[in-house]
Amino acid sequence: MKAMVYRGPYKVRVEDKDVPRIEHPRDAVVRVTRAAICGSDLHLYHGMMPDTRIGHTFGHEFVGVVHEVGPAVEHLQVGDRVMVPFNVFCGSCFFCARGLYSNCHNVNPNATAVGGIYGYSHTTGGYDGGQAEFVRVPFADVGPSLIPEWLSEDDATLMTDALATGYFGAAIGDIVEGDVVVVLGAGAVGLFAAKSAWLMGAGRVIVVDHLDERLEKARTFAHAETVNFAEHKDVVVLMKRMTDHLGADVVIDAVGAEADGNLLQHVTSAKLKLQGGSPVALNWAIDGVRKGGTVSVVGAYGPIFSQVKFGDALNKGLTLNMNQTPVKKMWPRLFEHVRNGHLVPSDLVTHRIPLEHIAEAYHLMSAKLDGCIKPLITTDASQGA
Amino acid sequence: MVYGPHKPPLPETPEQLRARIPGWGVDLDPRDRPTVPRLQDRPGLEGPPDESIEAQAELRPRERSIEHAHLTPVFGTAQPLHGVSGAIRRYAYARFSEGRAAHWLLLVAGDRVEAFGAHVRSFASLRPDVPATGLRAELRHGGLGARKGRVDARHHLLDPVVVGVPWVATGAGVVAVVRRVRARRR
Repeated sequence: MKAMVYRGPYKVRVEDKDVPRIEHPRDAVVRVTRAAICGSDLHLYHGMMPDTRIGHTFGHEFVGVVHEVGPAVEHLQVGDRVMVPFNVFCGSCFFCARGLYSNCHNVNPNATAVGGIYGYSHTTGGYDGGQAEFVRVPFADVGPSLIPEWLSEDDATLMTDALATGYFGAAIGDIVEGDVVVVLGAGAVGLFAAKSAWLMGAGRVIVVDHLDERLEKARTFAHAETVNFAEHKDVVVLMKRMTDHLGADVVIDAVGAEADGNLLQHVTSAKLKLQGGSPVALNWAIDGVRKGGTVSVVGAYGPIFSQVKFGDALNKGLTLNMNQTPVKKMWPRLFEHVRNGHLVPSDLVTHRIPLEHIAEAYHLMSAKLDGCIKPLITTDASQGA
Repeated sequence: MVYGPHKPPLPETPEQLRARIPGWGVDLDPRDRPTVPRLQDRPGLEGPPDESIEAQAELRPRERSIEHAHLTPVFGTAQPLHGVSGAIRRYAYARFSEGRAAHWLLLVAGDRVEAFGAHVRSFASLRPDVPATGLRAELRHGGLGARKGRVDARHHLLDPVVVGVPWVATGAGVVAVVRRVRARRR
């Protein structure tokens, strides 16, 4: 089969690999019909995630058709169209039993600090991902869901991470009616977080980024006020001015490890890999939120230490809520919102690129060329899907 | 001037927001949000009972965090450890917990060693690694024009440096060693 393959920092290509096989009775193998590149894939692409091995196939946002099932799989059949959450999870360990699917204890021997994620290095369990023609899906009765007839594959693909994570980011902000919500980052997750904040009753939503085309999307898609931080000397002071010097009630960090806005932080993290991530957005969140406010973190950071201004968070009495999204827990409510037209995930798809051109897709996404927000990766199996 | 007890007035009322934004307030009640409660209290909600999960066959020794009591019953087998990078990674897993910087820094070191070896070997293959793949996107999707006025453009200049410096440094090192060896032979 054809699969995206990591060849070292800034180097990916398509190679022929063996079709994955059933390795556990509860596995399925899924033939991928749509995948996406996530902003967090860029952390792998840039060599920032420890234990990213040569030959690894990325991709944690994908949908497809069940190709093969293990003998213990009861609820899925060959030919079923499925959407697969980015989390690999068992559904029954201490953490899964409490709804913390993203913190499953039974699927990642490499680390206890994170659960299992498809195509996200061996730090998250060593599972190849879905930017390929086929992918192994453990616990096939637990993670995947059948794609409803009324849901398009594009929408389903974005529900496997970007939409679920944006919505989760707003939800764990514990927004109450009339809250002023600042969303840092106008990538797909940030835009979905901004849109979701309205559903939860926000009184103002302000999106901060530096790319004009993304800020335009924040205004038209997410109905938000926007701030281009490159046009302001100090975005924290601006946030204070915009909120009568109280600060925002909730700030959502939808940027993560490769934040711009401070050259030193960016270079020491994204370029020189001396930090687990550039904490610029997180520090802006801590400084920009009001005392007693909530910072919600859904931007991805690596496990290596970062220079976070934790003292300010303490002294301001902040609530910091964060996690990798337990995607399947979000789906029942998100199905309602998508069906009602309150959220239209595929509105953020900007590019469709065949798997054969995966290197081009990564460069496009990494350099943010051509207004790229969300590129979908298509395979031969995408025809008619 | 003093700071008062009230929040500043919002620019729009809830009625105006509801009229302008599709779905405004439909999740206003926290009970409608799937994150409430944050922790469920229904063990065994989704999957099979713990004791019924069969152990995946360990066909070759599988590294694991020493913070785990045992190998997890299911695990990825995508790229098994091998060679020098595998030895470095195996040591990181066997010796240091996730709480130690050494654990992660050794894993990063393993990544760099493996990448370097893979690149060198690729030059002896029919498909050598290109130093930075995907550059065709620069031609097809705007390239320099797309970066005009962007605050991140200044560190984009560093990308070729980050990618190229290890190669230049290695090349310089090889040249220096060859010269020294030749000088000694004379």
